[in-house]
Order: sequence, then structure tokens, then C-alpha cells
Amino acid sequence: MNEQVQPKRPALSRLLLVLVPLAAMLGMFVWIASLDPLRSFNNGAPPVEALTVERTILDETGIGLLVRAGGSDAMVIAQVAVDDAFWTFTQNPPGPIVRGGAVWIQIPYPWVLGEAHAINMLSNTGASFEHEIAVAVPTPKATVGQLRLQALVGAIVGLLPVALGLMFYPAMRSAGRVGVSFLLALTVGLLTFLLIDMTSEALELADQAAALFQGSAMVWLSGLASFLMLMAIGRWRGTPEGLALAFYIALGIGLHNFGEGLAIGGAFAAGSAGLGTFLVLGFALHNVTEGIGIAAPMLRIRPPLWSFAALTLLAGGPAVLGMWAGSLAYAPQWSALAMAVGAGAILQVMVEVTAYLMRQSSDRQAVLFSPAVLGGFLAGLGFMYATAALIKV
Amino acid sequence: MADASKPSLDPSRRALLVGGLVAAGGAAIAAGSARSQSAADPMAGHDMSTMPADPYAAPMQGMAHGNMTTVGLVDHNRNGFDPTAMLTDWERGTTELLPDGRTLRTFEVDAIDKEIEIAPGIFFPAWTFNGRVPGPALRAKEGERLRIVFRNLGSHPHSMHFHGIHSARMDGVPGAGLIGPGEEFIYEFDAKPFGCHLYHCHALPLKRHMHKGMYGLFVIDPDPERHPENATVAASRLLGSPENAHWQEMAMVMNAFDTNFDGANEVYAANTVGQAYMNEPIRIDKSRPVRIYLVNVTEFDPINSFHLHANFFDYYDTGTTLTPTLRTVDLIMQCQAQRGILEFSFADHEDGMYMFHAHQSEFTELGWVGMFDVRSSAK
Repeated sequence: MNEQVQPKRPALSRLLLVLVPLAAMLGMFVWIASLDPLRSFNNGAPPVEALTVERTILDETGIGLLVRAGGSDAMVIAQVAVDDAFWTFTQNPPGPIVRGGAVWIQIPYPWVLGEAHAINMLSNTGASFEHEIAVAVPTPKATVGQLRLQALVGAIVGLLPVALGLMFYPAMRSAGRVGVSFLLALTVGLLTFLLIDMTSEALELADQAAALFQGSAMVWLSGLASFLMLMAIGRWRGTPEGLALAFYIALGIGLHNFGEGLAIGGAFAAGSAGLGTFLVLGFALHNVTEGIGIAAPMLRIRPPLWSFAALTLLAGGPAVLGMWAGSLAYAPQWSALAMAVGAGAILQVMVEVTAYLMRQSSDRQAVLFSPAVLGGFLAGLGFMYATAALIKV
Repeated sequence: MADASKPSLDPSRRALLVGGLVAAGGAAIAAGSARSQSAADPMAGHDMSTMPADPYAAPMQGMAHGNMTTVGLVDHNRNGFDPTAMLTDWERGTTELLPDGRTLRTFEVDAIDKEIEIAPGIFFPAWTFNGRVPGPALRAKEGERLRIVFRNLGSHPHSMHFHGIHSARMDGVPGAGLIGPGEEFIYEFDAKPFGCHLYHCHALPLKRHMHKGMYGLFVIDPDPERHPENATVAASRLLGSPENAHWQEMAMVMNAFDTNFDGANEVYAANTVGQAYMNEPIRIDKSRPVRIYLVNVTEFDPINSFHLHANFFDYYDTGTTLTPTLRTVDLIMQCQAQRGILEFSFADHEDGMYMFHAHQSEFTELGWVGMFDVRSSAK
């Protein structure tokens, strides 16, 4: 009722109160832009220039680079040298690149399969911007065969391990109270590992992005925002548990797998290559725990059969989408953003699974440090850490 | 600045994994399509799994190696000097007769700060002699008295240090002709020994003053009267003599520019502008012999070289002899500030484009390469 006591100003005067500072701000911009009161700071130094390569395409027409300018002024790419040789190039769109703008540089260079190439872009001030192609391989294109191949890869790294993990569900149902606590704690442990792994990968990717995206801040803030929003949605109608909690875990893991798919697709496009049945096996083992984690909160209920298929698709399917997006439209800042959102989702399910775990016990504080819970948590961490060693190269 | 554009390229664990998966999948697809490979597939090369193992094996349209060149042209008018004109633009100064009968030759040289375009679209904040890089190609005759009026119109202390024989007071080092902005100094000495020499600023740090553009040729022609045993050869070297008129003489300064000041060169050239003599080949009348006064002032790289295609030449190291120091070679090497004279003829060659360049491939491909357009005089 207090608001109604406040005298209401007429709409016009309220508008004016907003317009006056806005007009003052506009006036200030015009003043600074036209009179340049800061020109005495001009010490003759050349403008600060920054150039970030966001995407590299190797194909039968040569090398294509998507570069973004981020200097204090519009900048000009005057010449391009590949492997210490000036080479012809075309720029699309041509002309100076405004701050924040991105252009394609197309270089008709006969690159060599499997070898490294160094590209040096020289601006009109003579500043040089180097970009290394560590291993030159043709960039995947959106052909049916290619998309199918990537879907296969996405299915192996995303869908398959989740499905395998969920197959432990019948066996897990026979667990007693302590066993359930152990499994839930195991889930929190593996989610903790994923959170740390994902955050550090997001920060690493953010480092490669142009400065104007403020990679580090973007990762932390979007992770926090995603966490808060998912918490709010999750608690819309009470705290989630049972099937709902399983779906939230699947969503978090799905976002994680989407981010991983992006990274794989991106690395794929960047030409990293190697062989290993050993790695494939290690990978499947590493991600099987994701299925176990999703199953853990459903042990006290009787979920319909379709929900297992849905959970598998939700948790593993995004890996396929990520593969496609990452290899066809890779940019470090968007991959970092996707990973940060995923990290926020992981944090949300960590909180919810922990809350669920505590509700299972009468003594909510003590249960966290019970042997089963602590053991499960550490086992989850340890298992993820150990199996990650198999696939870190 | 460059760091921002260097993404980390650690192949991630998953990338390695995927590489493996893809290699396996690719092999399967390749095996599946092996039977149909007899027909030309217009999409071949579009799907990486069926891409030929060697890109050279498939024709890549628009990827001819002729694309190894800079893009665009340098505006020589804005620079105020043209590499083609500089080949034959000898600075002879003004002369007067001294009471003892000798010739006094006076040159005027100003140090000027100037931004120059060293490759199309790339601008370099140079320090110049007379507004050009390389500085004026000074040319005198053995035994003359030389007077060089040097004014420093630049923003840093500069000097002119001549490679020649002179007194310590005239050496152009700190305390002997090194002058601050706005000052003037007159160097005076006799023109000796004859040969192909250079001058450069000797202000410290030397490396910076050199690579900013402060150098030039300093050629002393032999006086035929002092070399009766080789009078004809000496006369052919003396600019303005009838014997000399037959020769096509050129001044070439092998230089390079470190545009981002990281201690390594980005652009290499002869006479400053990378690729200039590719874009505008040097016209050679094949009925007349060719003589090149060549000096290497490239900083950071210890040596430079000159290689002539499809021909051989005689070489006079430092130009201080009238008989060649090297005969019948197609490549010579010069360390920093080394110089010499090359003599060759295309008289018996077919007309055509004959390339010349440094034989360090890197220098060649970063701009130090050119063409002689060899034709009969009638054409």
C-alpha cells in the first residue's frame, strides 16, 4: 500500500526526467567526438591493432580464414605471407575492418596434407599477426556422408556411454539405503569432475577468442546465469526428485556433451588427428558413469520404459548436434559460451542431487560425511580422474 | 600483438580420439566407394574421406604457384622515389675546380624522417637520406676532393659514415660528424680507393639506424690515367666516358624491413620495394653489357645473395680491382655491408624474361626477386 501514498508524476514529466540525462549523454558524445578534447594525449603512437583468427578452412581452393579485428581503430590487412612467402589473397568484404568486424581471407595456397603451415598477416602499419595450422587436413563439409560420419562419432562419444550406463539401472535398484547414498554421492563426484573439466576447457577456449568478447568474464557470468535460471526453473514446483531430477541431470550432461561435441568438431575442423582403439575404449569407459549418474535418483520409483530412451537422447544426443555445429560453424567464443552454460547446468544438478541425497537421511548434516557418501563422492572423482588419464594425450 | 591471434593448438584428447574414429570411418567409406572410382566424380575432393592423399595430385583451380606475390602496387609518387628510376639515378653533386687543378665535388644530403610504402599497403616509419631509401647513390671519380654537406632535419642524431679512406675527424661516428637534429656538418676527404662502396648513418644503436633506412651506395670510379695497364677497363667504369656509355649500369641495394620491430625482417627487396622488379621488369638491351653496383645492407640476417638465372657473370668484390675477383659464377654472397660489381651480357641469349633474386628462398619469397626483360634494342 505504500506505493500508492507516493504522489504520481504526470507521464510527460517522468519522460522528461529520463530524456534530460539521455540528451546530456548524447551531447557529451558529440562534444568528445567533434572537439576531441583528448587529442593532447595523442603521442604519435600507431593505433593498437588486434586480429583473431576464429575459423580456418582448408579445401581445394586453398586456405580460408575468418578473422576478427579488435583494435582501437579500423585496420587494414595489407599483405599475407604463407610459410614466409607473400601470397595473393582476397578479402570479403574488402576494405578496412572495423573494430569487432569479421572478414574472410581467402588464400589460393597449395597447402600440403598432414604438414604444418604458418600464416602471417601484415597490417598497413607493418604489425604482423601469425596463425599456425598445426596439421593441414581438408576441412569437413556439410555433405551427407560427412554429417553421417560425424553423427556416428557423436553417437559413440555421447549416446552410447549413456545408454550403457543406464543399463546398470536394474542392478542398481537392488541397492539398499546405504547403496543408494553411495550411488548418489558417486554421481555428485563425477559431476564435480565434469564441472572442473568443463570450466577449465571453457576458459581455455575463451582465451582464444577476440578480446572484445571478454572471454573469462563471459564464461563465469554465463555459467552463473545458467545455474541460477536452471535452479529457478527446477524449483518452480518444489524441489525436483525422482524422474524430474533424472531429467535435470540428463539436461546438464547433455549440455556438457554438446560443449564437448563442439570442441571435438572444432578440433576436427582444425585438423587434429590420430588413431586409437585404446582411446575409444577409454572414452566409453569414462562416459559410462554419466548413465549411472542419471539412473541414481530414479531408484525409488518405477519409471516408464520410454523415459530411458528419452534420457539417453537428452543426455547423449547433443553430442551429435555439437559435432555438427563445431565442425561447420566453429568459433572459440561460442564454444566457450556453450561450455559455460553447460557448466552452470552441471552445478545445478550437483546442488539438486546433494539436496536429494540429504533428504534421504534423517540426519541431514551427518549424512554428508558418512562413509558411504564420502566414499561414493571420492570414488566418483577418482574414477573420472583415472579414466580421463586414458584419454588425455 | 601477435599473441592474440595464436590459438592454442594442442590437439585435445577427444580430437585424437575422433581422428581415429574418422580415419576408421573414412577407410570404410573409401573401401565402399572403391569400385566406382573409375568414373570422374565432380565432387571428388569435397568429402575429406574421399579427398586424394596429396593435394597436388588433383588440380586446384586458382592455386597456381604464380600466386606467390604481393597484392596491389606501391604508389611510387607518394613515396617520392621509384625503384626503376633509382637503378640509374646517380647523384653526381656539383663540381668546381680547386686552385691546385683538382676537382672539388660537393654533395648535399639531408636526413629526413619519412613514412614510406615498402610493399603494397605496408607503411614503414623510415629515417631517410634525401627522402629516399636507399639514400642517393653518390658517384665520384678517384682522386677528387669530396665535400658532403650533411644537414640533420630528422628527430634523432644522425651521421654519414663513409666506407672509404679518410681521417678520424670525418668518420661519422660519435664525436666525429655525428650531429643532433637541426645541426649541419661538412665531411671532407679525397675519393679513394676506387670501387663500389657505401655510406650509412653510424649513430647508435647502429642496428636501428641502419634498418630504419639510412644507407646508400658510394661509388668511386677509377681514373683511367692512374691505371695505364687497364686503362680501357677503367674508362668503361668511369661514368660519362664514351666507353662507359656502352654499358647498362644499375645501382642495387639489397635491403629489408622489420615492420613490427621484432628483430626479424618482414619484407625483403632490392631498392626497398618488395617485388618491384617483378611488377615492372627491368628492360635490358641485349646488345649492351650489364654492370650492377650491388651492396647488401640487410639487417638481422647475416648474409644476402644475388643469383642470376640462365646466365653467368664476373664479380669484382668491393669493386677495388679492375680484373674480376670471381669469374663465371651465377651466384655471389655478401655479408652485411659487403658489396661488389657484377658484369654480364645477354648478347647471345634469346629474348625473354630472366629472373634474378636472392638464393635464400625466404628472402626471395618475401619480396627480393625481379626480372630482366631482355630484348634486342630494335624491339
